Amino acid sequence: MSTTATVPPESSKASMLYDPKVRGLVYQGALVVGIGLLFYLATTNAIDNLRAARIASGFGFLSSTSGFDVNQTLVPYNATSTYGQAFLVGLLNTLLVAVIGCILATFLGFAMGIARLSSNWIVAKTAMVYVEVIRNLPLLLQLLFWYIAVLRPLPDARNSVSMGAGFFLNNRGLFVPRPLFAADAWLVWAALAVGIVGSVAFAVFARRTQEQTGKQYPVVLTSLALVLGLPLLVWLVLGLVTANPISFEMPEQQRFNLRGGLQVIPEFVALTLGLVVYTSGFIAEVVRAGILAVSKGQSEAAHALGLRSGPTLKLVVIPQAMRVIIPPLTSQYLNLTKNSSLAVAIGYPDLVQVFMGTVLNQTGQAIECVAITMAVYLTISLITSAGMNIYNSRKALVER
Amino acid sequence: MAVQSLSFIRTAPVEATPPPTAVRGPVGWVRENLFSSPLNIALTLLVAFLLWIALPPFLRFMIFDAVWTGSDRNACREDVIGRPVGACWAFVWDRLSYFVYGSYPPAERWRVDTFFALLTVGAVWMLWLKAPRRGLGAAYFFIVFPVLSFLLLTGSERIGLPEVPTAFWGGILVTIIVSVVGIVLSLPFGVLLALGRRSRLPVVRLASVTFIEVVRGVPLITVLIMANTMLPLFLPAGMSVDRLLRPLVGVALFASAYMAEVIRGGLQAVPKGQYEGAMSLGLGYWRMMYFIVLPQALRIVIPGIVNTFIGLFKDTTLVSIVGLLDLVRTIEASRVDPVWAAPTVSMTGYAFAGLFYFVFCYGMSRYSLMVERRLAAGQRR
Repeated sequence: MSTTATVPPESSKASMLYDPKVRGLVYQGALVVGIGLLFYLATTNAIDNLRAARIASGFGFLSSTSGFDVNQTLVPYNATSTYGQAFLVGLLNTLLVAVIGCILATFLGFAMGIARLSSNWIVAKTAMVYVEVIRNLPLLLQLLFWYIAVLRPLPDARNSVSMGAGFFLNNRGLFVPRPLFAADAWLVWAALAVGIVGSVAFAVFARRTQEQTGKQYPVVLTSLALVLGLPLLVWLVLGLVTANPISFEMPEQQRFNLRGGLQVIPEFVALTLGLVVYTSGFIAEVVRAGILAVSKGQSEAAHALGLRSGPTLKLVVIPQAMRVIIPPLTSQYLNLTKNSSLAVAIGYPDLVQVFMGTVLNQTGQAIECVAITMAVYLTISLITSAGMNIYNSRKALVER
Repeated sequence: MAVQSLSFIRTAPVEATPPPTAVRGPVGWVRENLFSSPLNIALTLLVAFLLWIALPPFLRFMIFDAVWTGSDRNACREDVIGRPVGACWAFVWDRLSYFVYGSYPPAERWRVDTFFALLTVGAVWMLWLKAPRRGLGAAYFFIVFPVLSFLLLTGSERIGLPEVPTAFWGGILVTIIVSVVGIVLSLPFGVLLALGRRSRLPVVRLASVTFIEVVRGVPLITVLIMANTMLPLFLPAGMSVDRLLRPLVGVALFASAYMAEVIRGGLQAVPKGQYEGAMSLGLGYWRMMYFIVLPQALRIVIPGIVNTFIGLFKDTTLVSIVGLLDLVRTIEASRVDPVWAAPTVSMTGYAFAGLFYFVFCYGMSRYSLMVERRLAAGQRR
């Protein structure tokens, strides 16, 4: 660069070398050139290497036949399906284990977090030991433990362990009653949808009424009645009028085998168990920190205003604790979703196992497979953090 | 007068009677802490029942029914020794050298031991807050120790040590190497990324934010698989990357992103006056960071760094999935060995690995709590 010629003599006493703006531009330019060079070298090398290995790049492989089977599929899939369908199968399996895992981990985590704060010595100490042990053991080890040391040695199908209510456990997995839906079962779902919409509408109505007139309605009870009661009512009426809309096919213990029912593969059981137990340890700590973050003065002030302990919890403590709990809780959900990729270690057909494992090995399309898989996880986490930011901006304390 | 003489005025205070036995001593403690309300009575009984179901089998397995000595599977088989068999510690004892060193040549294992000793010196120097010359310790840990360990472990005929290919390394050695490389590389990179994220230069900020968010948004296993399959693609043909090095690159990238977020927290916690004070003294950006801001920021986030390291240490188990012979993989390889084929061997292997990880992770988390309390001492009321 020819610098000296362009600088007007009176503009600055110091040399342009010391101008922060110029320096900033130079630094950024160097960074862009460096990153660009890195990308250029990597791309040219990759193109050369792929050409040498005779791998056609591009996403065309997604529509060719996969030729492998998957042992748990939520959508129709077989060996003649395409790689694109295999991707969908893996994605749905990941989402399934993530959703079920998040729900169960929340219950267990909240129970353990509250138990750690219990005034009951033995309850608090047991919860503390549970949390410390679970949090300090690698998840992979816990998964292997559940899969190989707990589920593998279970008896075979001939000697299945009955857990009551039509649940059986053996080394081929967990057998549960299979729900069978009759033609008019959609009415039950419709009733459920009506119940949910109705309870939301009622909650909005109740809040408005309370804000205007101070009159309170039993929101929780009404919502429960609407969400649970309405579908049950429809179910019962349909069962009396026509045939039972939703019936269950129970697994039956036969001489050599179990018949009927829904088989949940042991990989799914082990992965869900491992993820739920591991994440619950972290959620317990989040919950404990959240409850401790509400200072004692808050509940004392509520008592002084004449609120009993029930309304104090409901109206004062829990809303403030939830504000602290929800952001880290969401990141635990994200962690659980990302950790479900450890499925590859025990052979559960999740996105990583199916797409980054089998498909990548069969096609050799490393860049495409890695990019797609990473993009999926990235999308999930970006959507979640966007939602979290909206929540935070709505719930954040408004100060001065 | 008469009234006064009638009234009774005590001249010495009444001796306090001891509290009733129901509120003091063991009985009082039990009533207070275990049976204070009907709900608590029920909870206590429930938990006691659960412990009564779970604890005795656990202790029987780990200690009372365990087999401590033996040289092959027969020592740990119920039908051979004629009693219920718990953990087969004989198996762990027999395979211990494999779990620690992998297939590192036995004649050269003193080098691994020396590496562990060097690491201990560095770790104690860094973690002991009152250690003398901690600046020197940092130089040792981040520069001298890695170079020395590399020379020591790989060896070279030129320095008189026979070369040991990384394919022979394994067990706890690999676990420790992966986590140490992770921490040694992720701290400097994390500092740079954190500074980049808070930089005023938009391009630098964008590059840092993109890197951090992308890496934090994907699972480690995908980063490892990427390093394993794509790193060879990106290098010129004919140039191969060591099998141990590929996951190391992945782990280092991954850990840097998490470390950057921890350090950013520290940078944000340094009051603005410190930056302004440094600038008014005429310090440039790098000097301001090096002398004023980073020493304070890093001190604040020591607990966060240790917690990140605990996560990293647990995550090193994932390198076994991409084919490195770490502790988990050595256990997986040993437990299917026909010489030790006995029913409880798998469980014993996992119990051993669990103990190893628990001792390290729990110890580190205690340390980070201790530091946190010390750093908060100024704010304590």
